[in-house]
Amino acid sequence: MDPRNFNKFYFAPIGATTMSHSKAAGVFIQDEPRTDWHDETLWFVREKRDKAVRQVPEWEQLRELASGIKDHTLSNLDNYLSAFEKNALANGVKVHWAADAAEHNDIILQIIRENNVLRIVKSKSMLTEECHLNPFLIEHGVEVVDTDLGERIVQFRNEPPSHIVLPAIHLKKQDVSQTFHEHLGTEAGNNDPQYLAEAARIHLRDKFIQSQLAITGVNFAVAETGGFVVCTNEGNADMGTHAADIHIACMGIEKIIPRAEHLSVFLRLLARSATGQPITTYSSHFNRPRVGQQMHIVIVDNGRTKQLGRPDFRNSLKCIRCAACFNTCPVYRRSGGHSYHTAVAGPIGSILNPNLDMKANADLPFASTLCGSCSNVCPVKIDIHVQLWKWRQVLTNEGYAPTGKKIAMGGMAFVLAHPSIYRIAGKMGRWVLRSLPFITNNKTLNPWYKQREMPTPPKQSFRDWYIKNKR
Amino acid sequence: MSSRENILQAITANKPSFIEPPIIEMKRAVLSSTEAVQQFISTLESIGGKAVIVEGVNLIRENLQLSRDTGAYIVNTIPMLGEVNDEITTATDAHSLEPVFKAYIGATIGIAENGAVWIYESEMKNRLVPFICQHLVVCLDVNKIVPTMHEAYSQIDVAKEGYGVFLAGPSKTADIEQSLVIGAHGARSLLVYLIAPVLK
Ligand code: SF4
Repeated sequence: MDPRNFNKFYFAPIGATTMSHSKAAGVFIQDEPRTDWHDETLWFVREKRDKAVRQVPEWEQLRELASGIKDHTLSNLDNYLSAFEKNALANGVKVHWAADAAEHNDIILQIIRENNVLRIVKSKSMLTEECHLNPFLIEHGVEVVDTDLGERIVQFRNEPPSHIVLPAIHLKKQDVSQTFHEHLGTEAGNNDPQYLAEAARIHLRDKFIQSQLAITGVNFAVAETGGFVVCTNEGNADMGTHAADIHIACMGIEKIIPRAEHLSVFLRLLARSATGQPITTYSSHFNRPRVGQQMHIVIVDNGRTKQLGRPDFRNSLKCIRCAACFNTCPVYRRSGGHSYHTAVAGPIGSILNPNLDMKANADLPFASTLCGSCSNVCPVKIDIHVQLWKWRQVLTNEGYAPTGKKIAMGGMAFVLAHPSIYRIAGKMGRWVLRSLPFITNNKTLNPWYKQREMPTPPKQSFRDWYIKNKR
Repeated sequence: MSSRENILQAITANKPSFIEPPIIEMKRAVLSSTEAVQQFISTLESIGGKAVIVEGVNLIRENLQLSRDTGAYIVNTIPMLGEVNDEITTATDAHSLEPVFKAYIGATIGIAENGAVWIYESEMKNRLVPFICQHLVVCLDVNKIVPTMHEAYSQIDVAKEGYGVFLAGPSKTADIEQSLVIGAHGARSLLVYLIAPVLK
């Protein structure tokens, strides 16, 4: 499939019909070598994470602390946000509040227009992706240059990022080479990453130096100081903000942490969980605008207060967007970020997105094996797989579950509620798998068989075995 | 009602009941100062940077002079290394700084566990300097290396100045097929001089 088709849903208004996760994943896995490469590459990142984690004996204590700090913060979020605002204002920063994506985008457009800005650079911000800021600004005749290398690549290709930390992980170097050949005039067929990155460096340096306004995300906002921290490896956030006359930092309400000392816990966890680095190259602490510069912070709700009100799902707001749950997820690794049709893909996206639009994102909590690997690696100890399972109940009760799943879940509930039927069903299943494997191995009758070998079924169920071997 | 009030009221209505914050008390092995320095050096190397211990600043002064002799635009912000580039202020713009080939700046502390150094805005003179230069040289007192981020935050005051950064290694990217490329948008190399007292 031409990846360019993805912009169909990238630019689709929220709630518009998009391809379901399972359909899009079906398209993704048609290119088998590429699927394998994607799978192995992300697993490699997961292994780098493991290696980094093993160097920190107090890792579990850090996760516990991070989780505790976030739980505490959410329980006092209104007060911390007010304190943050007060301190940021005292630092000479302008603070804006946005109820939703539309208000966030309007605030930014207004700042752009008031200052007659023409040249804008943006470093990575998943919030601006969530709010579809780029398409909105284009509609209003304003061009934004994404400056993270991966984001610039996908921007040239008119695609959304497929991963929150590695935006172009779905692409091979040949794709990047072709894209740069078309847009930057690099040598055709030169696939050397060093050469391609150098071309991007030269191209973007020019953009940084010319830029009048820089937009960044926020990794952590500190209530007690009114300052905020932005983490990058490339240095693009700093090149943009320090060169531009205006800096706009966009943050969700959940980015707050109470005190500067808490940063020690989160910065020890973030990069190790994300890429296996001990820390990102740059952890930039912004407190006040530099002389002559304007600094704005846009604090965005966009469904977060609603999620805070759902006791089963509120702790998804603890997420620090490290993407460890993506890299470890067997479904993400083999279906690609675009199949999640939302700005934040992967396991955590599948919890956050149904909150924003249950109908449009009802397929996502089903895009999981519930293996729990995500919860095991999450640095802030979100019970991701449990929440995915809970969303399935909610979506089924609300009538949004995908039809196939609904019948299966209804059947499952009936079977589980009737032990004798469960036993007969088990016997039948084992018999079918042994005697008529072609039925389950048929991809149309059994979608689970796609890309899978069905296991050889045991002759006995565990129950039969247990009764026989009790003594 | 404004969005601000709406958001704050929605939080008040929806937040869970108060949960006490945890106390940060890390139990971990203590590092001797020599071990911390060794760990800093090896960690920085593993992330693409380089650190060397020097006695006094004579060697750094000489290297700075050699760099200047090539005619390249070298920026020094540390008085004890020689002439400081006074033309650079907080207000110097990106166009004027773009030609900087190499910059010498000071750092306040270094961290053994991740090879990072903390640099205050006043140490870089202009926020762009450590990023826009092609090559970065950082000078740090070898006795200012702490084991982890916890000690780091207890020794610096992040809000003292308008801006500050933990900087660990040269700028890098792996966005093309996960191949590591050093020198993304910021400095292409980082050398940290760990300055030890001159032995008599
Ligand atoms: S849910 Fe946890 S593992 Fe996943 S991105 Fe968020 S913090 Fe990382």
